[in-house]
Amino acid sequence: MKVNGVDHPAPTDVRRLLSDHLRHDLGLTGTHVGCEHGVCGCCTVLLDDAPVRSCLILAVQAEGHDVTTIEGLARDGEALHPVQQAFHECHGLQCGFCTPGFVMSVVGLLAQHPKPTDEQIEEGIAGNLCRCTGYASIRRAVHRAVELNKK
Amino acid sequence: MTTRWFGAPVQRVEDDRLLRGHGRFTDDIDEGALECCFVRSPYAHARIASIDVTAAREMPGVVAVYTAGDLPFGEVDLPLLIPHPNLTHGRTQKCLASQIVRYAGEAVAFVVAHSRAEAEDAAEMVEVEYDPLPVVITPEAGERAEHLVHDDVPGNVAAEMEQEVGDVTAALSVAPHRMKFRLRYERGAASPMEGRAVWARWDQRERRLTVYDSTQSPTSIRGGLAVLFGLPESDVEVIAPDVGGGFGPKIMLFYPDELLVPFAAMQLGKPVKWTEDRQEHFTAVNQERGQVHEVEFGFDDEGRVLAIDDDFIHDAGAYTPYGIILPIITAAQLPGPYRVPAYRVRFRDVYTNATPTSPYRGAGRPHACFVMERVLDKISEVTGIDRVEVRERNLIQPDEFPYNVGVAWQDGNTVVYDSGDYPRLLDRALEMLGPRPEGDNIGRGVAVYVEGTGVGPYEGAHVQVLVSGKVVAATGIPNQGQAHSTVWAQIVADQLGVDVKDVEITSGDTRRFPWGVGTFASRGAVTAGNAMHVAASMVATKAKQVAADQLEADPQDLELVDGRVRVKGSPDRGIPLGAVAVLSNPVRYAFGGGTEAATQFTAKARPGAPLAVGEQPGLEATGYYSPEGSTWASGCHAAYVRVDPKTFRLEILRYVVVHDCGRVINPLVLQGQIEGGVAQGIGGAFYERLAYDADGQLRNASFMEFLIPYATEIPPIEIDHFETPSPLNPLGVKGAGEAGVIPVGAVLASAIEEALHVPITEMPQSPLKLYEALSHS
Repeated sequence: MKVNGVDHPAPTDVRRLLSDHLRHDLGLTGTHVGCEHGVCGCCTVLLDDAPVRSCLILAVQAEGHDVTTIEGLARDGEALHPVQQAFHECHGLQCGFCTPGFVMSVVGLLAQHPKPTDEQIEEGIAGNLCRCTGYASIRRAVHRAVELNKK
Repeated sequence: MTTRWFGAPVQRVEDDRLLRGHGRFTDDIDEGALECCFVRSPYAHARIASIDVTAAREMPGVVAVYTAGDLPFGEVDLPLLIPHPNLTHGRTQKCLASQIVRYAGEAVAFVVAHSRAEAEDAAEMVEVEYDPLPVVITPEAGERAEHLVHDDVPGNVAAEMEQEVGDVTAALSVAPHRMKFRLRYERGAASPMEGRAVWARWDQRERRLTVYDSTQSPTSIRGGLAVLFGLPESDVEVIAPDVGGGFGPKIMLFYPDELLVPFAAMQLGKPVKWTEDRQEHFTAVNQERGQVHEVEFGFDDEGRVLAIDDDFIHDAGAYTPYGIILPIITAAQLPGPYRVPAYRVRFRDVYTNATPTSPYRGAGRPHACFVMERVLDKISEVTGIDRVEVRERNLIQPDEFPYNVGVAWQDGNTVVYDSGDYPRLLDRALEMLGPRPEGDNIGRGVAVYVEGTGVGPYEGAHVQVLVSGKVVAATGIPNQGQAHSTVWAQIVADQLGVDVKDVEITSGDTRRFPWGVGTFASRGAVTAGNAMHVAASMVATKAKQVAADQLEADPQDLELVDGRVRVKGSPDRGIPLGAVAVLSNPVRYAFGGGTEAATQFTAKARPGAPLAVGEQPGLEATGYYSPEGSTWASGCHAAYVRVDPKTFRLEILRYVVVHDCGRVINPLVLQGQIEGGVAQGIGGAFYERLAYDADGQLRNASFMEFLIPYATEIPPIEIDHFETPSPLNPLGVKGAGEAGVIPVGAVLASAIEEALHVPITEMPQSPLKLYEALSHS
């Protein structure tokens, strides 16, 4: 399995969830676990460019695929990815727990729809729960990310 | 001095690491920690006949299995946090139940293993025999007291309190109109996206206990652990790292894990970690909002309130660890921004076999607001006077401050509103709301509210200028998303004349600041904010004194600008703040960082000892702020909603908020607090309901069935702010954290009632409830 462009050995525990594998075996703790039953979206990562809930996939199922986590969007010392930058500018995060999941969902959304309609934005973020922001600033952040991507 | 940062929409300095996935939440900390799992009672009320952990102890990977008998504090009742004379029958649970369980989810045994999976497998093997007892699950059943939750608490009544302002009986007897109705608010759940978690390490050689806890009060946790384990407080350090939302339940302490995880770490000599799963969060973490009000009120033909007589039951749950703060707040806040010439309020805090209650964002206020606004709508209905007009006629006027409501507040004082302009809030909200949209089944809701914020006793802050010129500052209260690293930095930066990015904040880490209380009750900005202001002002004063010698100027003629202390009017005559920090500490040995300037042969000579009597080294100060009374924020929410007459789907067509929390530190952050609060209010008013069955089982303990709104349920919210400064504190600020939530239930109740012409007497509403109400009407 490739994670953020780096090859990793196959997971040894066949019962290990992808979310736990990323967090506890690979130390990529940016992927958060909020419900472990596929509703909150905090654990969203990209599997071959599509957003998926890493708590609903076994790590071994990701073998042979490319996984991108929040840590893979911008290397240390590099500028933030446009979606991350947009969340910053629009106050799209408060406690930051749901944020990696939202950012990955939006990265996936904009890969599919570089100029999304309001309906597509609504659908793109409607699989993630946030208890802090009330979503308004997240909607603003998606619009801002579209602008930043143009530049 | 000119304020540059205070009031500006400064983008958050804490965002970068959170956005890169470099946040540090408690479960992110590992260091080879053992992991844990609780055995929790499946019964809401039962006698424990036996507990057998033999098989569990033999399971693979198991390190320890604890029951009450294995704990030196197993027979000790957990602390009753806020005792009160009226709380005559306060009861708290034991860390692990060994005789009786009183709610489903109460902890019975605790398993420690090498992995969470092994701990869970072993927990399955703990055999507990229960003899079920009759279950008391609703507040009404609690009051009927056909069965007792605690054998030694007659009538299930933990506390009873009655207060009266004016002569209610007389006022009611002469009132032209007199009515009575019954209103009900059900339990809700805060549901932060991060559940609770605790990580602990005991360093045997240093005899030092380190605990990471997703708590809203690390200072209190530290105090309690020091008492429990007989350690000096200085040997216990408690850190609330990044906390993934709090909203109230994380101010509760001690949850059993907060004692068991450190205890196990000390026993086993290894780091130990426990991370809650979502299902157990639903029953093991405190809830709130269950109340039943019988309210009688008198009013005249002009729609003026003459008297309110409210009698309510508060659902305590199985224990009262947080005392009776919630019903006290409800009783205090019920009149809200309205004049109530005669007011009597009586409550009984009753035990039920459900998870204990303690504050959840709003804390007693949404229910109070709901009752008052329902009363005003009823007055409008009877008199035929428009709902808005009724409110206008009853609002407290701007020239009436300070306004004494005359009832007890949660800090022991009497409720006195410090400042505000309530009629202006209402006018502006209606102006923003605009004309009624075209269409059928549309209703308008309006509610005006106050919020007691900034409750004491105190918070403190430490501010230090480093020899590099950078500033570090710390306070005891932790951050759960409220942008402390940014807003405290704004306050400090203004005092020290530095850039906000040059101020690094630590919050909620007792290693850096061991005193204080916690983040709750919309109090951070008032208490810690003013403490930051006080401490930073002290540092600024000291900087001027130290620099005065060097610049041969009077301290009064100096100012702190752009990272320098300089002479007013002569900006070239100045020295960098870092150099002042060097000079503030007379050293013998130059250890780098420019400190040679402060050694004995290079520093400018001054008479007497290098440190004068009472003078302290270092460009630093510790300051405290302790409010005499609460600051009272206020606001008005108004909405148009459409309810589909067939599916009862709720469509919020427009939602406006006008809010006044005194001086605004950071409008960007404030907007986020309001928007998030309203969303949580909408969830609590229409989507989220804790569905307990008659056996005390929570039937919807998952996000599949407890429906927290997604973006699709939350409309855009239009917000405007007024700033009526609080006269009570140096910064003129009031709290804002809970404001967004408070009136949402009242607004939606009013709007739905108008849209469907069906009386709304309880919250939360739902399509099913509306369908049933319409079928019966």
